Amino acid sequence: MPKKKITKSVYLKWYEDMLFWRKFEDKAAALYIQQKIRGFLHLYNGQEAVLAGSVFAMEENDRMITAYRNHVQPIALGVDPKKIMAELCGKVGGTSQGNGGSMHMFSKEHNFFGGHGIVGGQIPLGAGLAFADKYLETGAVTLTYMGDGAVRQGSFHETLNLAMLWNLPVVFIIENNGYAMGTSVERTANHTDIYKLGLGYEMPCEPVDGMDPVAVYNAVQEAADRARSGGGPTLLEMRTYRYKGHSMSDAQHYRTKDEVAEYQKKDPIGIVEKIIKDKKYASAKELEAIESRVKDLVNDCVKYADESEFPTADNLYKNVYIQDDYPFIKTF
Amino acid sequence: MGRVIQFREAIAEAMSEEMRRDETIYLMGEEVAEYNGAYKASKGMLDEFGPKRVLDTPIAELGFAGIGVGSAMNGLRPIVEFMTFNFSMVAIDQIINNAAKMFQMSGGQFNVPIVFRGPTASAGQLAATHSQAFESWYANCPGLKVVVPSNPYDAKGLLKSAIRDNDPVIFMESEQMYGDKMEVPEEEYLIPLGKADIRRAGSDVTIVSFGKIIKEADKAAEELAKEGVECEIIDLRTVRPIDYAAVVESLKKTNRMVIVEEAWPLGNISTELITHCQEHAFDYIDAPIIRVNTADTPMAYAPTLVKEFLPNAERIIKAVNKVTYRD
Ligand SMILES: Cc1ncc(C[n+]2csc(CCOP(=O)(O)OP(=O)(O)O)c2C)c(N)n1
Ligand SMILES: [Mg+2]
Repeated sequence: MPKKKITKSVYLKWYEDMLFWRKFEDKAAALYIQQKIRGFLHLYNGQEAVLAGSVFAMEENDRMITAYRNHVQPIALGVDPKKIMAELCGKVGGTSQGNGGSMHMFSKEHNFFGGHGIVGGQIPLGAGLAFADKYLETGAVTLTYMGDGAVRQGSFHETLNLAMLWNLPVVFIIENNGYAMGTSVERTANHTDIYKLGLGYEMPCEPVDGMDPVAVYNAVQEAADRARSGGGPTLLEMRTYRYKGHSMSDAQHYRTKDEVAEYQKKDPIGIVEKIIKDKKYASAKELEAIESRVKDLVNDCVKYADESEFPTADNLYKNVYIQDDYPFIKTF
Repeated sequence: MGRVIQFREAIAEAMSEEMRRDETIYLMGEEVAEYNGAYKASKGMLDEFGPKRVLDTPIAELGFAGIGVGSAMNGLRPIVEFMTFNFSMVAIDQIINNAAKMFQMSGGQFNVPIVFRGPTASAGQLAATHSQAFESWYANCPGLKVVVPSNPYDAKGLLKSAIRDNDPVIFMESEQMYGDKMEVPEEEYLIPLGKADIRRAGSDVTIVSFGKIIKEADKAAEELAKEGVECEIIDLRTVRPIDYAAVVESLKKTNRMVIVEEAWPLGNISTELITHCQEHAFDYIDAPIIRVNTADTPMAYAPTLVKEFLPNAERIIKAVNKVTYRD
């Protein structure tokens, strides 16, 4: 497939989307402090270019699966953000009616296959989605995301081998944000070029500037084309950065404020904003209008989540089996 | 002389004291060294023992659990921390097939002196993958011992015994207990594995429990005492082996029993105790024994669903009222 042109409207969409994702996450953090969101909460701030560039490369039926840093991906695929906020708050209006919480977002309708809390657990699933697409000859490609920490799991290595052996239409995308909780990439292996792990399986692989949506788009488009035309899997290492702590209780002693500030200079939203301004794609007034739309939509999300109810107790039993009269054991 | 310390400090003290005694003991796991433990249960240990003996691992549970077992077959005494036992699922083959069975398969040549430790069960609204109780899973497997302390004093004494034990021990804590405080002696003490503790004496009904959820039994017993019902609370402390004698002795006294366990109901420690009591103390049982367990479902995220899922004091009171025919 020829590369799509990155036009004015693409930049403007990227800008508005990424700004929305950022503000959505910031609001979620605020709701966490108000104890409306509980448990863990892993924010995507800093990594937005990976998602923006990838989604632009996706075709209608393509699929996506990722780990627990997963609030904004379904939004990018078309899920109503109000439902994501409601899920974060554990409300029936949420994508899983409050069952899944922050780590477990899903949308069958929008080909978003989760939202997975066990590190590395989603990697074979992603190859499995691709296995089905090959089997059923749908022509769809699966984008399978994981963190830099997840590549140290056996599931990653077993899956890379199988995906090559069976020539599956899957793109493995490592979001190397520098850290797995408090552990930097250097401290998890004697190499730091994670993409080279593909070489052992003779899988096409490369590093990508994960702060630049254009670079991400180009790499994912090539990989998806390869998969779609029967060329099998690709491993991409997106070099990006996480601005916030791992979850909400992380003192971040493992890095300096200067390091964070250094990456914020390459902020993907800032980069796109600069292009828009330099190329005069939008006036200051138009940019302000985008900002206020974003703000309003975030507020709508909170309002929707606030107004939605908590699920009633009987919901606990609703979705354990698809069989509707399953005989659960009841104790006191 | 006692001083008040937190559960997490009791864990760190037990490991550190044992590591000072025996050079072959080492600790490994995710974030145990430079981060001082995801829940700060190994605080200061990297500083004291250095990176040879306190090792940060990548997220590779299968690999490091197995390396632990192999090193234990070859002269070392590892302590392997799982950030939570939910993540031991990717390593369970190494625990069940290698650690637990090695001594028998090798005809008594290779024992495996290893401790696998970390939090188990739910800890707030963490949803299905991060809220599972694996005590009864591991207790089901011959070759393992399974310890589940409920307070800082027990944790320290039991962990020291677990580290000295020459068989593989699963040692289970709780994120929700690490901050619990208690007076703990400065002097060294050990608590033997396999011995239950009478946490509260009473004559009307026996409540058997273990681990974090026992606090719900405490609350229930307080409430019931106001109504003149005296509960005896037995803390199993170890669920393999189980101190059956302590349970039966109490049952012979009270003739009524409620078991409180945060676990799925099909085939758990509660069902084992009920079986044992009807086999060995049938004539002493005045009312059907009742167990208070979790719902027969994965735990879900919303607070209303968490409440429906977990055992709590209110349910325990209802169960006690039933076995004492007060309902
Ligand atoms: C099997 C397993 N082990 C440990 C954990 C705890 N844990 C959750 S996230 C995480 C770090 C993962 O880092 P990375 O893969 O780089 O993803 P990031 O958080 O940076 O997006 C760890 C250790 C887990 N969820 N699953
Ligand atoms: Mg990472």
